[in-house]
Amino acid sequence: MQMNINLRAWTVPAALLAFWWTLTAAGWVDTRLIVPPGNVLRVAGTTLIDPVFWQAVLFSAARDVSGFASGALGGIALGVLLGTSRWAERLIGPTFHALRQISLFAWLPLLSTWLGYGEGAKLVFIALSTLYPVTLGAFEGVRAVTRHHAEVARVYCFTRQQILFRLILPAAAPQIATGLTLGLVSAWVATIGSEFLLANWGNGLGNIIIKGRAAFNVELIIVGMLAIGIVGSLLNHVAARIERRALHWQPRH
Amino acid sequence: MTVASHDAPVLAWESPPPLPQQRWVAAARTALRIAAQGLGRTTSGLVLPLLVLALWTTASQRRWVPEQLLPAPALVWQTLQELWTSGDLILHLGYSASRVGWSLGIGGSIGLALGFGLALSRTMRAYLLPSFNVISQFPVLGWVPLLIIFAGIDEALKISAISIAVVVPVTLNTLRGLENIPPALLEVGKVYRFSPPQLLWRVLLPAAAPSLFTGLRQAVMQAWVSLVFVELLASSEGVGYLIVWGRQLAQPDLVAAGMIVIGAIGLLLDGGLGRLERRLQSWRRPAY
Repeated sequence: MQMNINLRAWTVPAALLAFWWTLTAAGWVDTRLIVPPGNVLRVAGTTLIDPVFWQAVLFSAARDVSGFASGALGGIALGVLLGTSRWAERLIGPTFHALRQISLFAWLPLLSTWLGYGEGAKLVFIALSTLYPVTLGAFEGVRAVTRHHAEVARVYCFTRQQILFRLILPAAAPQIATGLTLGLVSAWVATIGSEFLLANWGNGLGNIIIKGRAAFNVELIIVGMLAIGIVGSLLNHVAARIERRALHWQPRH
Repeated sequence: MTVASHDAPVLAWESPPPLPQQRWVAAARTALRIAAQGLGRTTSGLVLPLLVLALWTTASQRRWVPEQLLPAPALVWQTLQELWTSGDLILHLGYSASRVGWSLGIGGSIGLALGFGLALSRTMRAYLLPSFNVISQFPVLGWVPLLIIFAGIDEALKISAISIAVVVPVTLNTLRGLENIPPALLEVGKVYRFSPPQLLWRVLLPAAAPSLFTGLRQAVMQAWVSLVFVELLASSEGVGYLIVWGRQLAQPDLVAAGMIVIGAIGLLLDGGLGRLERRLQSWRRPAY
């Protein structure tokens, strides 16, 4: 039964691959445009042993993780502030929600005007892309802290620090985790996007792909696309694992 | 005064009387809270933007920051007005709106069909869902270079890229909405001997409506983000192009004006969809 399901899942990809192979092998299409699968495999082979490629992947991942980390810290801080203080929410909340509506990539030209084309603009951009979902998650999490819990904290005469670290953050953890997961996805999109848009500056997976496009190297573009997807889902996988480990004490609903 | 303090219950864990300094802080906080409440929600929300605007005006008047980096607010406003009166803004907005519209139409119908198919047919789910889940992990941006090769950099590129961004949330939410319909509802339909169209219109669609709407909302937002990205990357018209143009001409006022337009449209889309959702859901009486 298990075997059967797996077979059915692989049918469509296998059929598409066969179709692709037939198209190119029979010469029905322009093979410069629709490249044969064999060529993609060959380019993948040479790319995977090329240190330049790994360097680019490493650069992108480092950019992604550091931008994500700063955005996540900022987002948790802002979300807790907005959630716990009613007047902070009134003063900052509307501005935050209005700025959130500026489509993310529209920030990039302005950021590159201010910070130049180097790492600075990209990092701030990635951090910004993480900030929104994490702030929203932390805010919702704080708002979900029940009155009973707050009363227990009051009975125990918790200090401010204790309230933050023993009450608010643990109680808000599931929503913060959801926000962080969303933030991780959008940080990766922002990383690749900023590398596409600022392709002539810096080094990264996105730069390699855009250069492949300029050189009409379709094989390299496909390999790069796959690499983007694989690195992205790897990051998500690791994050999900950390989340499970960190939140194992939470009762499952 | 003394009598009152004697009357008050003296509890063992009562906090010590506040220090004068703490009392001052508390008073200031209360005053701020009262001020914020008195101002009302809208007004208090305007405080921060007005402060930023004041700082921005002063910074550009005193030339703290070079003009190439920070345009004067008056200049940005003037640019916006010029864009409006010359009709350029409407022209570019029209291009962007038609791209989003076509993509929502194409991507939305594919997503709806796919979602319904996956939800209703076990076979289709077994064959297609694993592949779909893998493909939906890939960010839309990753597709763009490949699409440029196949579709060039004209309308076909924008519409195909934005459509891909629309298909994923519509499919997933349609599937989720239909899957989560309580079996009891379907049984009632069976008892009443509903024909398939009746089942669709009277049971499936109303029950899945909240999820379908979530899909639409996510799709519009995704489409809007992808539109701006594609227009920044390869375009010669549209709101995203306004920003690129401003960047190339080293006119930060045009960049800022473009961002304001994009933000305002985002706000309108979000608010409009939220209102529509509430209206469509008004027949629902939530228990909580």
